[in-house]
Amino acid sequence: MYPKDLKYTEEHEWVRVEDGVATVGITHYAQEQLGDIVFVELPEVGQRLEKGESFGVVESVKTVSDLYSPVSGTVTAINEELLDAPEKVNEDPYGAGWMIKLELADEGELAELLDAAEYTRMLEEEG
Amino acid sequence: MTEPLIFELSSPGRQGYSLPSLDVPDKAVEDLLPAEELRPEPPRLPEVSEVDVVRHFTRLSNMNHGVDNDFYPLGSCTMKYNPKVNEDVARLPGFINLHPYQAEETVQGALRLMYELQRYLAEIGGVDAVSLQPAAGAHGELTGLLLIKAYHADRGEARDVIIVPDSAHGTNPATVTMCGFKVRVVKSDERGGVDLDSLRQALSDDVAGLMLTNPNTLGLFDENIHIIADLVHEAGGLLYYDGANANAILGIARPGDMGFDVVHFNLHKTFSTPHGGGGPGSGPVGVKEVLVPYLPVPIAEKRDEGYVLSYDVPKSIGRMKAFYGNFGVAVKAYAYIRSMGPDGLRRVSEDAVLNANYLMRRLAEYYDLPYDRHCKHEFVLSGSGLKKKFGVRTLDVAKRLLDYGFHPPTVYFPLIVDEALMIEPTETESRETLDRFAAAMIAIAKEAEEDPDRLKGAPYTMVVGRLDEALAARQPNLAWRED
Repeated sequence: MYPKDLKYTEEHEWVRVEDGVATVGITHYAQEQLGDIVFVELPEVGQRLEKGESFGVVESVKTVSDLYSPVSGTVTAINEELLDAPEKVNEDPYGAGWMIKLELADEGELAELLDAAEYTRMLEEEG
Repeated sequence: MTEPLIFELSSPGRQGYSLPSLDVPDKAVEDLLPAEELRPEPPRLPEVSEVDVVRHFTRLSNMNHGVDNDFYPLGSCTMKYNPKVNEDVARLPGFINLHPYQAEETVQGALRLMYELQRYLAEIGGVDAVSLQPAAGAHGELTGLLLIKAYHADRGEARDVIIVPDSAHGTNPATVTMCGFKVRVVKSDERGGVDLDSLRQALSDDVAGLMLTNPNTLGLFDENIHIIADLVHEAGGLLYYDGANANAILGIARPGDMGFDVVHFNLHKTFSTPHGGGGPGSGPVGVKEVLVPYLPVPIAEKRDEGYVLSYDVPKSIGRMKAFYGNFGVAVKAYAYIRSMGPDGLRRVSEDAVLNANYLMRRLAEYYDLPYDRHCKHEFVLSGSGLKKKFGVRTLDVAKRLLDYGFHPPTVYFPLIVDEALMIEPTETESRETLDRFAAAMIAIAKEAEEDPDRLKGAPYTMVVGRLDEALAARQPNLAWRED
């Protein structure tokens, strides 16, 4: 449920880095806590994000939550399919449910994120 | 059985009225209005008789649940009973026949009521002045933050961050954003209050203020409020009191004394005016001396010559609402304050807190109680155990409560409690009602163990069963179409 090749944040986002491009989404735990997701609001391509800055909003039948960027960078793509099919975040959070792609500003920030084992431990501690 | 739409009741040619024949010269509408203003065909309105309309809407109203039907423990909403004397007073001919443009000397009674309500709310809140203009709680928040913004701008300070705790009402961060400020979230500590270390880290010279509800959305009073107020003030910020939970503090604690600079009250919660569909609401804002220069105009004042509406506030943020706020609501709140009196208002809060603690202890054996300490006017349970043990979610508990004849409590809020159930009984409920509700909640907890599928399919006694909320949100179907 928490792939080893991803990095995680305490706010339950994940990031996958390939060739300097970071793909960002929310974790299995986050989608499960939110319940059925009915709306996803994403930034404009080209927007510059700081690490920890809100890049969008995810709305479920239960609640509305901000999405926080795990790293700094410039938005190069957004998953436009989520605008019509937000349920993809529930169905496939690490695949078809990805949210944005960022061109990394500082690869060093990746080291500050949690790995799968650390993230899983955090979830267990939170109970 | 569901009720058809009024359009589906339509029958061609049926009418609910019959007008007398025309006794003045007929003139075609085409001669009176320019062509571009005319519809090519008449609007497709339902063709129904008067009795069709009356029965249709009466049936719909009977499907509703209100505080006049039964218990309505919706947390942070203070669904207290609305005394009918308030309605009597608000319907006095001298009030309902007023016109907002009437000369001041002809509306002295109304102005006196506004002035006195301003003073009463100032006394209850421990503040120096009050504006009755905001139309509801979130509008009060907007007004309050605009006052804070005007204060900093006037001092030439560029501060654009408002601190909000993670237990805050959703309206708080929304208001911050509406005002052009940025939200900075502080965490709650293990007792459910503001985490002081997190607050210290969040404070800097860009902070314009902090928004806080006290008691907070967990129904817990933040005992560190004086420390919090000092820290924010030392950093140059101001404190905003979200009055949504003021039903816990009447005559006992005052936001102004706690260190808050601006306060809003929800007359439709704390002061027994109708709430929700029976509204409108009213969200007066009170301020300490430092913010008085920026208050919205007009303000009711008492002068030697009588009561007046004063526009003499040079640095005012301007008008927040047409005319003078929701005056009829102010009349009802005034009637409530006068009928309760100071001792009665204190008793309101004491009974609200007693009712909440009684219910909390009765239910704590059957549901999880994440913050096990005395609560104020409301408390938050968690359905986390039911979910882990029996796969039953808080949503299922809420839906099943409908079958027992109760409006469910607030669910899934505050966000910091897993599977939250936020229960606010209010002071107007008797011990018998609380026991009846507790019995239903306990029966549901037992059903969760013995027959969880029963809960997952609830409700069974309503006009419709379990609705697909996700589908409704993803593919909203809101408009009737003929075909």
